[in-house]
Amino acid sequence: MKKIEAVIKPFKLEDVKDALAEIGITGMTVSEVKGYGRQKGHSELYRGAEYVVDFLPKIKMEMVVDDAMVDQVVNTVVEAARTGKIGDGKIFVSDISKIVRIRTGETDIEAI
Amino acid sequence: MDTAYVIDTLFALFSITLIILMVPGFAMLEAGLVRTKNVSSVLTVNVMIYAVASMAFILVGFHLAFGDFQSTTMSQWAFFMFQMAFVGKAINIMSGGVGERARLLPLTLFTVIMGALIYPTAVNISWGSDWIKDTVFDLNFVDLAGSTVIHSTGGWALLAAILVIGARKGRYVGNQIRVIPASNIPLVVLGAMLLWIGWFGFNGGSVGGISTKELADSVALTVFNTNTAGLAGAISVGVLIYIRYKLFDITMILNGALGGLVAITAGPHLYTTLDAITIGAIGGALVVLAVPLFDRFRIDDPVGALSVHLVNGIWGTLAVGLFAADPANNITLLNQLKGVGVMAVFVFSVSFSIIYLLNKVIPFRASDEDQVQGLDVSECGLEAYPEFKRAI
Repeated sequence: MKKIEAVIKPFKLEDVKDALAEIGITGMTVSEVKGYGRQKGHSELYRGAEYVVDFLPKIKMEMVVDDAMVDQVVNTVVEAARTGKIGDGKIFVSDISKIVRIRTGETDIEAI
Repeated sequence: MDTAYVIDTLFALFSITLIILMVPGFAMLEAGLVRTKNVSSVLTVNVMIYAVASMAFILVGFHLAFGDFQSTTMSQWAFFMFQMAFVGKAINIMSGGVGERARLLPLTLFTVIMGALIYPTAVNISWGSDWIKDTVFDLNFVDLAGSTVIHSTGGWALLAAILVIGARKGRYVGNQIRVIPASNIPLVVLGAMLLWIGWFGFNGGSVGGISTKELADSVALTVFNTNTAGLAGAISVGVLIYIRYKLFDITMILNGALGGLVAITAGPHLYTTLDAITIGAIGGALVVLAVPLFDRFRIDDPVGALSVHLVNGIWGTLAVGLFAADPANNITLLNQLKGVGVMAVFVFSVSFSIIYLLNKVIPFRASDEDQVQGLDVSECGLEAYPEFKRAI
């Protein structure tokens, strides 16, 4: 079991979610996050003073999948989230040691 | 006779209602400009000022300002309450400027002193029974609705308070001026527009009656010029900041409108439309210059109250001497200047002394830890916005 975390541009959420639904991903958790990488921030103006906004709004999607699905999911996210411009985001894949479905108590693959 | 009395009373009551609309005006403007962690506390201060200042004026201040004056043109109760409606405005000017670091208790105590003594004395020597009449300090300046008596009075007291209390924690770090952006722009717009509408009662009501053709014309001219100056202030700031920054900052545009409204307030019954446009536009321009200037001197004013009320209160009072000079009726630039000067020395020195001494007993400034946590928790125990909105 792997957890795939994708940090993407907020306006790409619908596209990525639809693309993932087409390959059979049935659940995910998303959160509004802020961050920066190579894109850095931009400057804003407030009452005559300029200030730099370093942290830009992004969406972080998290989903846990069977090992066999990882490459397909990653490729789907990359294709759907890419604009080619700086700031498209990153994908992180990590191991998951245990999953429990709270309602039934099912564990691991049954609980995905 | 009776009809005129009834009409003028009705007009005063209508004006009072508009003026009290400025209480939510100030409250929403300030709630939008401060950070979310200080919203409850700044709103509490606004409500406290309306209640405490008005009560202090009812019990003590009115008699100090007007002695045993009895109105003959309208019901005394309407006259009394009209004057009471103003006192909260003068003190409300302070509430945003000291926001996000001033504690409620010392601010309340100062409000009592300001509402019972300082503001009524300012009224006494300008509009009221005038105990310095026939002395060298006697003031003969025109200030219809209080560019000086209300706006500069509030402004000078605010300057004194900021000098004693200091800047918000983290605002000036080393050589850096750190920007602390507004938390809710829709509230800022709502508050500023409520103030704008309230101004029609503030200035229009100050004409004193509407029951004759002459008075009705004067009230209508006053309201017309008041609104025109607000428009000119908004436009001049919009143009100036676009030329300078290529961007439109709504908080500055609204400060410009309010600056124009303050500037017109000394003599809206005396001006032509072109005068009103010029005075309002200069009022807006002064805001654009003054906001960064106060920052350069490290005078931290989260809402721009000094730029709007103090700077434009002075400009508006002088404007009467420039645009409506009439030496035959004793309206001169020199008289206006004297009014500005005497009130400045009186209000600033008295306010500074009282705030300085009060601060020794009960510190105005919230501790650094309380400021970091937010005054909502340390002063009110009530946060304006819940931590997890959907959890409850």
